[in-house]
Amino acid sequence: MVKKIFFQLIFFNLFFLKEVFAAESGGMPQLNPEFWISQIFWLTLTFGILYIVLSKLILPKISANLELRKSQIQENIEAAEKQRESSEAKLKEYDDIISKSKLEANNIFKEARENVLKEINAKKETLDKQIDEEIKKVEKEINLLRKGASEKINKIAIETTSELLVKLIGTEVNNSSISAIVDDLSKRNGDKYYGN
Amino acid sequence: MAANPMTQFEVYRIGPEIKVGAFDISFTNASLFMVISSLAILIIFNLGSKKNSLLPNKIQLLAELSYTFVSKMISDTAGSKAKPYFSFIFSLFMFVLFCNMFGMIPYTFTVTSHIIVTFVLAAFIFIGVTIIGFIKHGIGYLKLFVPSGVPIVLLPLIVVIEIISYLSRPISLSVRLFANMMAGHTMMKVFGGFVISLGVVGGWLPLSFSVALTGLEILVAFLQAYVFAILTCIYLNDALNLHH
Repeated sequence: MVKKIFFQLIFFNLFFLKEVFAAESGGMPQLNPEFWISQIFWLTLTFGILYIVLSKLILPKISANLELRKSQIQENIEAAEKQRESSEAKLKEYDDIISKSKLEANNIFKEARENVLKEINAKKETLDKQIDEEIKKVEKEINLLRKGASEKINKIAIETTSELLVKLIGTEVNNSSISAIVDDLSKRNGDKYYGN
Repeated sequence: MAANPMTQFEVYRIGPEIKVGAFDISFTNASLFMVISSLAILIIFNLGSKKNSLLPNKIQLLAELSYTFVSKMISDTAGSKAKPYFSFIFSLFMFVLFCNMFGMIPYTFTVTSHIIVTFVLAAFIFIGVTIIGFIKHGIGYLKLFVPSGVPIVLLPLIVVIEIISYLSRPISLSVRLFANMMAGHTMMKVFGGFVISLGVVGGWLPLSFSVALTGLEILVAFLQAYVFAILTCIYLNDALNLHH
């Protein structure tokens, strides 16, 4: 029921609209020449002013702005490129310096080590020489002492023997005979006493 | 009154009647919207060109994008020789575009929906292009009507066709814009009328159509301005680089 009324409404409305069209459509207002001259006049005026202002004032400004921006961006890009290059060069320099200083430090360290080693060796040699000399001296002394010792011992032996003989026998014996005996003894048993 | 879709195109006087000699040049609603469109263009592009910052703001970006858009359009279709005519084509494109777009606002008047306006523009372009052609190439500009590589038997026919097509350029250019604008606005008005007459119950369907049509008409408004400008470029190209 409702649907029926709805459709009737639509139909009625369309019908009504058609009537209105038929009644009022008196052609296109565009073809009415009443205001043609006025429209041409105002179109020329407004469009002419628009064209003059745009072409003389506004468009050159926009074009200049665009050019300026383009050149500015180009300059900035170039400056950035330059700075990048310089920073790369500096980085290289820095690396060079670092590697150089590393090398130097190594050299210094090596030199110092060699110096120290040389010094140590020199000192060692002199010390060794000194020690050797001392040893030789001491050995000489020992040898002297040793040589002297056997003679002294022989002397002491001869003296003690002569005194003993004096005390035992009561007569003095010729020292030379005693010394002959002692010499003979010491020669025979010298190895036993001195351990040579 | 609201039911007739053609009443929106009616021109009426605003203010007093101004007469110069026998001619009536009164300020009308059409004149009003021409002035509004021109002022809007001037204000927008003046604001857009005032400050030059490296990072453009929105209005500057709009101005510069339009500039590069039109400049690219011209260089693509007419080559580098068309550079001196850039300002004219830019103004033309912007004027038609703004008139079309202002017409999309309800209760406004569409300047470009009047054949006399579009015809004056097209005729001016036609005459200008013809004069440029004759200045650049002298009488050799007439070679435009004689395409190369056509059999001699067909030549008289082709030349006649070419001349007719050349002479019909202003008509086709003006009628294209005028008819598109008029048809679109009439259709929108008709659908709008359906919404009212079908009421709350049945008005939703034409309403949705009306919404869709509004989007379509905005597209058409832009497209027709673009077509108008690009056809001007093509005609200019014929006049500047004669290689028919």
